[in-house]
Amino acid sequence: MSHLLAAGGGTNLDADYSVAFFWILAVVAVGAAIAMICVKQAVHCALMLAVVMLCLAAMYAMQGAPFLAFVQVIVYTGAVLMLFLFVMMLIGVSSADSLVETIKGQRLFAGLAGIGLVVLLIVGIGHAAIGSAPKPGALQQADNLTGLATLIFTTYVFPFEITAALLITAALGAMVLAHRERTSPKPTQRDVARRKIASGQVAPEPPPGVYALHDAVDMPALLPDGTTTERSVSRAMTQRDIDLRRDPQGEVTADLEAGANVAPELQLSPGGATPRTPRGVSDGRANVPDTQSAPANGGSEPE
Amino acid sequence: MSPAHYIFLSVILFTIGAIGVLVRRNAIVIFMCIELMLNACNLAFVAFARMHGNLDGQVVAFFVMVVAAAEVVVGLAILMAIYRARRSASVDDASLLKY
Repeated sequence: MSHLLAAGGGTNLDADYSVAFFWILAVVAVGAAIAMICVKQAVHCALMLAVVMLCLAAMYAMQGAPFLAFVQVIVYTGAVLMLFLFVMMLIGVSSADSLVETIKGQRLFAGLAGIGLVVLLIVGIGHAAIGSAPKPGALQQADNLTGLATLIFTTYVFPFEITAALLITAALGAMVLAHRERTSPKPTQRDVARRKIASGQVAPEPPPGVYALHDAVDMPALLPDGTTTERSVSRAMTQRDIDLRRDPQGEVTADLEAGANVAPELQLSPGGATPRTPRGVSDGRANVPDTQSAPANGGSEPE
Repeated sequence: MSPAHYIFLSVILFTIGAIGVLVRRNAIVIFMCIELMLNACNLAFVAFARMHGNLDGQVVAFFVMVVAAAEVVVGLAILMAIYRARRSASVDDASLLKY
């Protein structure tokens, strides 16, 4: 690697290795790029783009551009893709494409246009005389970094200064665009208190499971007037009851029937498929206690 | 490998990015496809620099990276502003100028 970096212009990779690396990286890059425009989730797109960028960084290193290879990894894969992921996090991962065509035949025509573009470019470049790379030794006297610095600070010093203005403008623009003006005044403590009183519920939401006999989390809380409130039960519990077809107000036997609907890998007993096997049939006592059938049997068995 | 191989690879990557811009409708994914096209251009610049035996192409690729970074910052800020206004990152929903 140090040889590669010190090589200045070209690369002193062995020619066979160079060919092999090129084909491996090219196949991986093109495959990842195609996967990037095909996958549904935006996060997967970002990961595929990271693969393409890393392949390109390796290719820069193979072509005698070690500085650009590092900048590619640090700036693109490190900063730009992280920025993409941050925005995805703010917008929400659920913003996946529906991948349904809204314009009829859009994908077909896009594919045709793409094929046309690639044919046009390849024919155009194929007609151009592309020379082979010069020998590495004849390429540059100084190493890559010194040569780039010399160029940037002599020939290209004015564009370099312009990029400074561009970056400052971009930073200011991002701040202005991402800033949200407050359309209503910030609520003071007094406003919050007034709103709470006006809403009718001063106390916090009652917690679940306040019955003396039953403190399970799926029991609704008792209000001061004697009624129960369903709001105190977590929506996850309600959804679970619906999934397992369990009656929340039912008897223990109803719970046991619902227990059979639990997925086999989530059953508590070792023999998950038959949770209601009576105890003591085989070596039931040696096993982990069967929590599903324990209450029912415990009630009927004489001690 | 001769620079021609790299240039053809960059053509293919550029085309894939262009197809992605045409096909996808999530604005973030479209941005990522644009980044792919910029990267393909950079690959061609580096290949040309190697072919000509000087470093000017690499300097241009460096400037492309700087401009791309600035573009992503502003673009994503616009995207977030649109998302806050319309609660959607789909380019189909940002159609206020159409009607």
